Amino acid sequence: MADRSLVDRGGTPTGPHLTGDAAPPAGGALAAYRALLGAQARSQTAYRTSFVVDLVGNVGSTVFDVVAVVVIFGVARELGGFALGEALVIVGLTTSAFAVADLLVGNIERLPRYVRTGLFDAVLVRPLGTLPQLLLMDLPLRKVSRAVFGTAVLVAAVGSAGIEWTAARAVLVVVAPLAGVVFFGSLFVATATVSFWWVDSGELANSVTYGGRDFTSYPVTVFGGWFRAVFAYGLGFAFVSYHPALALLGRADPLGLPNWVGWAAPAVALPAAAVAGAAWRTGVRHYRSTGS
Amino acid sequence: MSSDVIVADGLRKEFTVRVRTGRLRRQKRLVTAVDGIDLRVARGEMLGYIGPNGAGKSTTLKILTGVLMPSAGQVRVCGLRPVAQRTRLALSVGVVFGQRSQLWWDLPLRDSFDLLRHVYRVPAAAHASRLRRCRDLLDLDAFLDVPVRQLSLGQRMRGELTAALLHGPQVLFLDEPTIGLDVVSKQAVRGFLAELGRGGDTTLVLTTHDLADIERLCRRLVVIDHGRVVHDGSIAALHRRYGSRRLVVADLDAPPPVPPVVPGAALRRVEADGHRLVFALESAGVAEVVTALAGLGGLRDVSVVEPEIEDVVARLYGERRSVRPSRRC
Repeated sequence: MADRSLVDRGGTPTGPHLTGDAAPPAGGALAAYRALLGAQARSQTAYRTSFVVDLVGNVGSTVFDVVAVVVIFGVARELGGFALGEALVIVGLTTSAFAVADLLVGNIERLPRYVRTGLFDAVLVRPLGTLPQLLLMDLPLRKVSRAVFGTAVLVAAVGSAGIEWTAARAVLVVVAPLAGVVFFGSLFVATATVSFWWVDSGELANSVTYGGRDFTSYPVTVFGGWFRAVFAYGLGFAFVSYHPALALLGRADPLGLPNWVGWAAPAVALPAAAVAGAAWRTGVRHYRSTGS
Repeated sequence: MSSDVIVADGLRKEFTVRVRTGRLRRQKRLVTAVDGIDLRVARGEMLGYIGPNGAGKSTTLKILTGVLMPSAGQVRVCGLRPVAQRTRLALSVGVVFGQRSQLWWDLPLRDSFDLLRHVYRVPAAAHASRLRRCRDLLDLDAFLDVPVRQLSLGQRMRGELTAALLHGPQVLFLDEPTIGLDVVSKQAVRGFLAELGRGGDTTLVLTTHDLADIERLCRRLVVIDHGRVVHDGSIAALHRRYGSRRLVVADLDAPPPVPPVVPGAALRRVEADGHRLVFALESAGVAEVVTALAGLGGLRDVSVVEPEIEDVVARLYGERRSVRPSRRC
């Protein structure tokens, strides 16, 4: 008889434990994350009809964001010095970036629930990163429809704005929304992290994330004073869609910043991601020292 | 390096709790959940870890699995520092939380197992052989293709046990694995864990409120209360220490005219209108008591009742009730 041990580890009982000592194979974590994603996809599509209904229903709120801007132009010819077509480029950049970030990272706002239900503890006893596990295990695939709609808005707006295409602008129209995804994603993570310290912080987090999205849907010229200074340049929202839109449209900034600022989106997004990552690690450390 | 799989020295865990004291006023209060626990668990040992609610059982388990950072003290599990080396430790330990699931709710049980293979990066052959053994011992085949949300609690717990073992952990932590289970499922879980312990290779740490779990599985029992170890030893030692006695129950044809005196045993109770006498063994053995009773005449039946561990533990908890668990800061 070979081995009576129930959990045959493939070694002698006294020898080194394979599982404990062997380093995981390279790329193993990626395969694990892919498996988690697959499981989430199968779970969510288990009820096909309800998934389709969710998928359609989820477009709704994003549609309203766009409609809100169009409605304003029904009563005003210009908004902060921008015509409807130009403003829609700003809206498209914001909507596409926000919708994709919301799809990928947005559910992290449910962190208090993960803590309450013990999912967070379960994630801590697995050999993978906490944040990617939580994101993949609760990825709201029904929000795919929003991401598609947001991207469609961007494509339509850019297509009809009469942009003189250059190679640089072609790169920018791809890079700017991607940087926006990173920026909004960081915003989701950083604000969710607050609930490690303060469990009932849900509305505060929403006011920052959704407020940030609404702020970036309009030309920053419509805002004024300290409000603009803090949100547009202090927190960097102006670099997500306003300045990239100026660069795409070939317009000079009414506020006088140079044109190259339109390419600064990644330079704002990456530090934002670093800050969010640090906030997350600090939050996890706090959780482990307090257990709440 | 010692052969101890778990080494904890002077483990402490304090929480700050905010207590409402008025409409707006809140007071911070420091609660000590774990108050200086020393623990050494050797490889292959099966340790029962018990205590009343709030004694610090789950907190200790969370510290040992790297979920929580101790406020003070040293801890090594499988030679690793649980928090600092969390992901490496995760590959060496298995965890079952009785009241939580680590299975995928909407997927068939089989899919959860397959996912965990990827999560823990287990070679396919090792995974298959471990799963086969769990399927045999836990009778999983009947519900392997059922979504987890449709499983009964007993079935789900069998799934949880399997899930915790598929990566071949050196240590298995079980937080109340039999809570809420019916008798049959409890038996199945206990039988499985006993089989696991028989291999001598897997260390098992079990918290429970059901002392039958401990009696069936664990030779060593650690009782904690208010975050401190109040007993660490065998169940027999616990009985010795707290003076619990085996009982001899004698049924007689007729009530004896005077209460009989048996040397080395005390008459505890007289039941059934004097037809039944219950003796607690002190210095005498069962045989001596039975011989003495047989001398009375009319002895119809004799049975021996083992001491109830529940009684002992209840006494143990009660003894320490007066200690205050918290202080203000």
